[in-house]
Amino acid sequence: MAGYSYHRPRKSITLTVLLGALLIYSVLPLTWMLFSVTKTQPELLSSFGLWFSGDFAFFDNVRDVLTHDDGVFLKWFANTLVYVVVGAGGATVLATAAGYGLAKYRFRGRNAVFAVILGAIAVPGTALAVPTFLLFSQWGLTNTMWAVILPSLVSPFGLYLMWVFSAEAVPTEILEAARVDGSGEWRTFFTISLRLLAPGIVTVALFAIVATWNNYFLPLIMLNDPDLYPLVLGLYQWLADASGIGAQPVFNLVITGSFLTIVPIVVVFLVLQRYWQSGLSAGSVKA
Amino acid sequence: MTITRNRRVALGALAALMAASLTACSGGGDDGGGGGASEGASADEIEAALQEGGSMTYWTWTPQAETQVAAFEKAYPNVDVTLVDTVGAGDANTKLQNAIAAGTGVPDVVQIEYQSIPQFQLPGQLVDLTAFGFADLEDLYTPSTWGAISQQGIWGLPQDSGPMAFFYNKDVFDAAGVEAPTTWDEYKDAAAKIKQHDPETCIGNDTGDAGFTTSMIWQAGGKPFHTENGEVTIDLADEGTTKWAEMYQPLIDDELLCQLPGWSDEWYQALNDGTIGSVALGAWMPGILEDGVPDGKGKWRVAPMPTYDGTPTNAENGGSAESIPGAAENKLLAAGFLKWLNSSDESIKAFMDTGGFPATVKQLESPEFLGYESEYFGGQKINEVLAAGASDVNEGWQYLPWQSYANSIFADTVGQSYLDKTSLMDGLAAWQEENVSYGTDQGFTVNGG
Amino acid sequence: MTPFLVVFALFIVTPLVYSMYLSLFRNQLMGGTTFAGFANYVTAFTDPKLWDGMGRVGLFLVVQVPIMLGIALIAALAIDSGRLHGKSFFRVALFLPYAVPGVVAVLMWGFMYDDRLGLTGSVNDLVGFPLIDPYTKQWILTAIGNIVTWEFVGYNMLILYAALRTVPLEIYEAAAIDGANQFRIVRSIKIPAVRGALVIATIFSIIGSFQLFNEPTILKQIEPALISTYYTPNIYAYNLSFVGNQVSYAATVAIVMGVITAIVAYVVQLRGTRREI
Repeated sequence: MAGYSYHRPRKSITLTVLLGALLIYSVLPLTWMLFSVTKTQPELLSSFGLWFSGDFAFFDNVRDVLTHDDGVFLKWFANTLVYVVVGAGGATVLATAAGYGLAKYRFRGRNAVFAVILGAIAVPGTALAVPTFLLFSQWGLTNTMWAVILPSLVSPFGLYLMWVFSAEAVPTEILEAARVDGSGEWRTFFTISLRLLAPGIVTVALFAIVATWNNYFLPLIMLNDPDLYPLVLGLYQWLADASGIGAQPVFNLVITGSFLTIVPIVVVFLVLQRYWQSGLSAGSVKA
Repeated sequence: MTITRNRRVALGALAALMAASLTACSGGGDDGGGGGASEGASADEIEAALQEGGSMTYWTWTPQAETQVAAFEKAYPNVDVTLVDTVGAGDANTKLQNAIAAGTGVPDVVQIEYQSIPQFQLPGQLVDLTAFGFADLEDLYTPSTWGAISQQGIWGLPQDSGPMAFFYNKDVFDAAGVEAPTTWDEYKDAAAKIKQHDPETCIGNDTGDAGFTTSMIWQAGGKPFHTENGEVTIDLADEGTTKWAEMYQPLIDDELLCQLPGWSDEWYQALNDGTIGSVALGAWMPGILEDGVPDGKGKWRVAPMPTYDGTPTNAENGGSAESIPGAAENKLLAAGFLKWLNSSDESIKAFMDTGGFPATVKQLESPEFLGYESEYFGGQKINEVLAAGASDVNEGWQYLPWQSYANSIFADTVGQSYLDKTSLMDGLAAWQEENVSYGTDQGFTVNGG
Repeated sequence: MTPFLVVFALFIVTPLVYSMYLSLFRNQLMGGTTFAGFANYVTAFTDPKLWDGMGRVGLFLVVQVPIMLGIALIAALAIDSGRLHGKSFFRVALFLPYAVPGVVAVLMWGFMYDDRLGLTGSVNDLVGFPLIDPYTKQWILTAIGNIVTWEFVGYNMLILYAALRTVPLEIYEAAAIDGANQFRIVRSIKIPAVRGALVIATIFSIIGSFQLFNEPTILKQIEPALISTYYTPNIYAYNLSFVGNQVSYAATVAIVMGVITAIVAYVVQLRGTRREI
């Protein structure tokens, strides 16, 4: 076990302090949110942001968020789950299969596929929203859940990431060895490659989940029916209700709602992160 | 994995789709037709249609809409109204434009801001309600709101109005030893004194807001925009506009106004803690102050708009109407609903109960309305002031046929004068230039280049 | 990978092709839609508003992207090194900003930037004069850069971190046997291992910079005059399309931008892979 010293390197105070500074930078604005969710609407608008003020209204705010407009928040939450499970789940599967295919199977026109994909993501989606809307409307997809799910099934970024990961993490020799052993392509993929790709897949999944979870522009264009809204679009509606001429200011609902929207993402992150460890053990399989 | 075969399948699918998308275009370019007096109906026919029933869609961002629709469906149980919350005026325009372009999912009745009506009316996207006998309803509404929907036809029914008024925090004014100004000269004096008393505070806030500025020009008697027979005239250096700019310039040069944009959370904060002492806005403001500025309870008062020479003049600020798009599927039901929505006592009462400021003369003149003593405003009979303001509104004002676009580029041009403390007239000239070039691009004949 | 290509073709390529078709037309409020050939492209190439925005995102790209990726790389290496106290805590905390919806992120920073109640005010009070004022012409782009960096450091860190995790353990063991120190391991093993991921991160940051939209759009609500309707090409295209009723010209701007972005990204890709050989 010559690598022991690598397994348990000495902890470095300097490094911890350095990263600590970055940590404060990352977390500071979030503390504003943590303090804000404890405030009533009037206190929110009249007190210093980085400290408590007035009554501790966190639970009242949560109750208001959950019951506002006949509990529409929960409805939005359920919609978001559908969008995430079907959309992000599908996107991860498709990106993994396609990225792996591109990396491990040589075929003519591979570079062309790559160029088209890169070109397609280089054109900004916001500017293409109206043409996309017009097309979807012809296909009868607008104001349905499909209008949100189908486009989010494509994650060019995920594909690209999986492509590069597959190229680096799955040595072609292993695949050839497996082929020689008579293992089928699918069997090889599931028994060997999938484990080696775990860190990549987890990363792609995480990004797809966050992207779907926070996707608001597409639903804004495509959906009319608030019963189909995802959380973030619903929050945006509350924010628009809170600011703008003739508005009913409900900033406390917006902020507490945002807070409740972030929590599940953090949980997902915590659950998924152990797969980075399993990826490590897979990497130590003797090549 | 046999790549070549799969690739061919994919390309085949793509080709099929492209063909589909090309046919889709023919529907996309057209504006969905409509407008004109090709169809119409008498009041009896409308009533009969309501009794018979059917389903229709209503797009709005009015908070009271839910109550109103429920009451309507109770009165006409056979009609099923689908209510769609379009979030805000900006998004609502976009959604309507998209739906009309796509030719599907167009609402039967839709809320449109007064300033955006020409934008949909001129390309022929709204139904002229003259054919439904709505001309008879004219006397129900204040002249300025009726004027906003009736340029060469009737393009909607007014929902609310926003005659401007001067809302101020009396504590802030008292502390600085000033009274509510009756003229703009007095306003400037008060602004200086408030600043002098506490440099952190200001009489008002402005970072260049198109809606506010156009209302202010309107109040000064300006008529910078005029459209007749598709010909647009822009003159942002006319007498009224110049009068406003000359009055307003020193407020910017001397930094007497807070650099805070309206309707932000900071703005609410500043109103709550007395950093901003007053706002000049539409008559719909009291409800917003009560909800958004709870700390101001008992401190705020309302006064008529300051004038230039003592003669009361006023303008509208905000407000919207409901219209029927030319591509609406169920125009007869839509007409019935629209008429009920904006002229029946029941609907208007529901609108007013939660702070809406009506456009109808009867409600504006009712003793109950005028006699209301607002606790928030220290017991003041605020509606007396606000309703009086409605009758002083200058007539003949028009918005541009592309007002929402014009407003969007306001900050690029006039807004720069605020930022750099340069001449407002120069900023207005730049705004004019951009609008002339946009209007010409859009196929209008534009005078004023 | 066929399903990917089918979905990709349907929902990404088709709208794109449709947009190319639309870009050959001209929309007018009066007069409707008429065929215009390549007139929109001619206009675009001489449109000062488009090139003003393009210059701005170019500057943004050259300054912000290296800073962000540099920080992300250091963080990824630090967390991967195992020399950090509480590394999984760091990993979560640094990633957290990415999970915050963009609208909320800008709201929070908008508050921090506020001179009266926010942190900027406190800093200025501390030094006794207005040292920083994010809401000025000089500072606003930096302020946007800061928000973008905040949002995406954790995201880029994760891409790099995931790449580091794919390095087989034996390689480190072999290096340790050879007596390589930490810096050598970083230079000879880790950096080469993340090069592919770094190229991806760079390309996507470039695309992100060219498409800069959310942060300036929301800040515009706070300071309307500081951020024009053509502040970035993407904002310009959006305004043309949604406010200006010029869907075709917006599509043209989007395509011109897409081509430029793709060229820059492709050059980076080529350079990135050439060094690999």
